[in-house]
Parts: sequence; C-alpha cells; structure tokens
Amino acid sequence: MSHKIDTRISWDTFLEGLWRENPVFVMMLGMCPTLAVTNSAINALSMGLATTFVLTASGFLVALGRNLIPSQVRIATFIVIIATFVTMVDYAIQAISLTLYNALGAFIQLIVVNCIILGRAEAYASKHRPMKSVVNAAGMGVGFTLALLCLGVVREILGAGSLFGINLFGANYEPWVVMVLPPGGFIVLGGWLLLFEWFKQRKEQRLLVK
Amino acid sequence: MPTESLSFIFLNAALSNNFVLALFLGLCPFLGVSGKLETAFPMGIATSFVILVSSILAFATNWILTTLEIEFLRLISYIVIIASAVQLVEMTMKKYSPGLFRALGIYLPLITTNCAVLGVALLQTFKSYGFLQSLFYALGAGVGFTFAILLMAGLRERLQLADLPTPARGAAISLMLGGLLSLAFMGFAGLGAH
Repeated sequence: MSHKIDTRISWDTFLEGLWRENPVFVMMLGMCPTLAVTNSAINALSMGLATTFVLTASGFLVALGRNLIPSQVRIATFIVIIATFVTMVDYAIQAISLTLYNALGAFIQLIVVNCIILGRAEAYASKHRPMKSVVNAAGMGVGFTLALLCLGVVREILGAGSLFGINLFGANYEPWVVMVLPPGGFIVLGGWLLLFEWFKQRKEQRLLVK
Repeated sequence: MPTESLSFIFLNAALSNNFVLALFLGLCPFLGVSGKLETAFPMGIATSFVILVSSILAFATNWILTTLEIEFLRLISYIVIIASAVQLVEMTMKKYSPGLFRALGIYLPLITTNCAVLGVALLQTFKSYGFLQSLFYALGAGVGFTFAILLMAGLRERLQLADLPTPARGAAISLMLGGLLSLAFMGFAGLGAH
C-alpha cells in the first residue's frame, strides 16, 4: 500500500460508528434486521448486542489474518468467518432464552447477510491492526444498537403502550397497533430520517447566516 | 411435512406474506435499485432466478446434512451454496446474454448478500417443506420480490415530479412509501383465511 495508515487508536475510532458514520441513519446499511426485529425494545436490544458481538469478533479475526488471506478469495473467507460466529450466537441465544429465540426467528441466522458486517470486514478490518479494528467495530455495533433502540422504543410505546414490557399508560390506552406491524417499521424509520435531515439542514442554514 | 397446498404456499409467499413488505427481507435492493423501472425489472428477475436455484440446492444440502447429523454446519453451507449459485448465474448470463449482464453490472454479485435469498433457504428448512413445496415457496418469493420492487420503482419515478419539502427528499420519503405499500399488502392477509 502506498499511503501509511494511522495505527493510533483514538476516541474518534470508536465514535465514528456512533454518529458520523452511523450504519443505519447515515449509511443506510443493515435495513432488514433494523425494520424486522424492532417491534419491541427488548428485541431491538438483543438483536443489537448479537450483531455487535459478531461484528467485533469477526473484525478481530479478519484483521488478524489480513496478511494471510489471498485477495481473490477474501470475500468468501470473510463470509465463512462471519457465518461461524453467527452460528455460535444462534446456539447461545437458543440456550439462554427460547422466547427470545422464537421472537427473533430466522433473523439471528440472517445476521450473516447483514451488509454492515461484511462492509466493515472489507473496508476496515482487512486494512487495520486487530485492536484498532475491534475498537472501530465496537463503535459501529453500539451505533447500530442505539439506532435499533430508537426504532424499538418508539414502536413499542406507540404500538403497545409499554416499554421493555412495562405498561406505561394504564388500561385506558388504545394501542396504535399498526406501529408494531410491518408498515410501522417503514414509517418510524422514515420519520427518524426526516427528523435528522431537518436538523442537519437547519444547522447548515445557520452556518450560512453567520 | 406440512399439508399446505402448493397454490396456498405460492400466494402466501408472493402476496400475503410478501418477502419485502411483510417479512422485511431483501430491503437493500428494494431501496437501492428501485430508482428506475428499467433496472428494477432485470434485478427482480435475476434475484428470482438465484432464489430458485439456491432453494433447490439448499433442499439437497439440508437432506445431506440431516442424514449425516451435522446440522450445525447448515448456515455455513447455505451461504457457500448461495455464493456459488450467484457465480453460476453470472457466468451463464455472461455467456448467453452479454447485454443483460452488462446492464446489471455490480448488482449481480451483490445478490449474494440479499437476505431474501438466504431467507428463503432458511425459512423452507424451518417450515420443513417438501421438495415441491420448497420450489413453489421459492417461486412465490421471487414473484413477490419482483412485484414489490416494480411497484416501488413506478412510484419513485412519479415522485421525481412531486414538489416535496427538502428534508423529505431521498431516503425518508422512500421509506414512507414503503410503509404505505406495506399497509396495502396487509389487505392480502385475508387470502390466508379459509
């Protein structure tokens, strides 16, 4: 490689995934689990944690073997590494909580095809040292989990009148059921994107005025 | 093996439990490649074909894995099968239809990470469908995916002429449209009732 890559680990390495390059709100990656499992806050949180684990573990292994993997077969190698960790998570969740396993369904195994993980392996872990990749992957994972929570919390409050299973509004609340059904996922995510875009444009306009 | 009829499985996968709008599988191409009708249609067809091929291969692999009692390798084998199926489609297309191959470009290899493909393979295993049932399930999924991406592309082409507030342009309004389409598809749920 012609240019020298910065090997220092700073807060920026971690914070990148949290906000500036947030996988869901900025890069629009990993849409399928984002919309499918965020019908309640607890599902969103567990999906986020499972993805963070796979992201960090595969990031470490890919970075460790980055000089050993021939570039022709790198994608296949990455995906086999990712699939191995996903199988581990799948069996772990099945052992810890069967209710959660049934609620998430096929989406645990579908972490394999989450573009965030393969994207990070290809764009970051295969070019950086193991420790730095782990820090960056953890940041991305936390960013993804937060984004899932943003959706899960709103959908559960509106659609079921509860948060983490605790009833918030009492018996008289008429739940807005469509929010926990598929259309709600699209509409809530669209709403969040609209809000962020509005804030961004307002900030830019203020800078222009000054 | 469940006793659902073949036509029910097909309609269920294509309409009432549409892969994109009800199960949220294959959203990346649904949002990414639905800008124009002329790219959306070949994308739908190519994806449907990969779904079909990998569904047949996954059925055979699952049988082998179950016979040898090494089911924990299922996920890894499925993903390898899908990657090979995409490669196969790519090579066939390059040889027999170079025009279409060039038109699809980068979207072809990206079908590997389309969750709808792995989704069909996994769901047909979870539901323990037989061979013919899996085949119709895969066909229905492909038709449903193509249908959804075509509807979305048609809507987005019209949307370009609409006068939207600036923050809503782009991703936000596409997702809202997806929500409305999904709401409409919920109406097909009645098809499942006897």
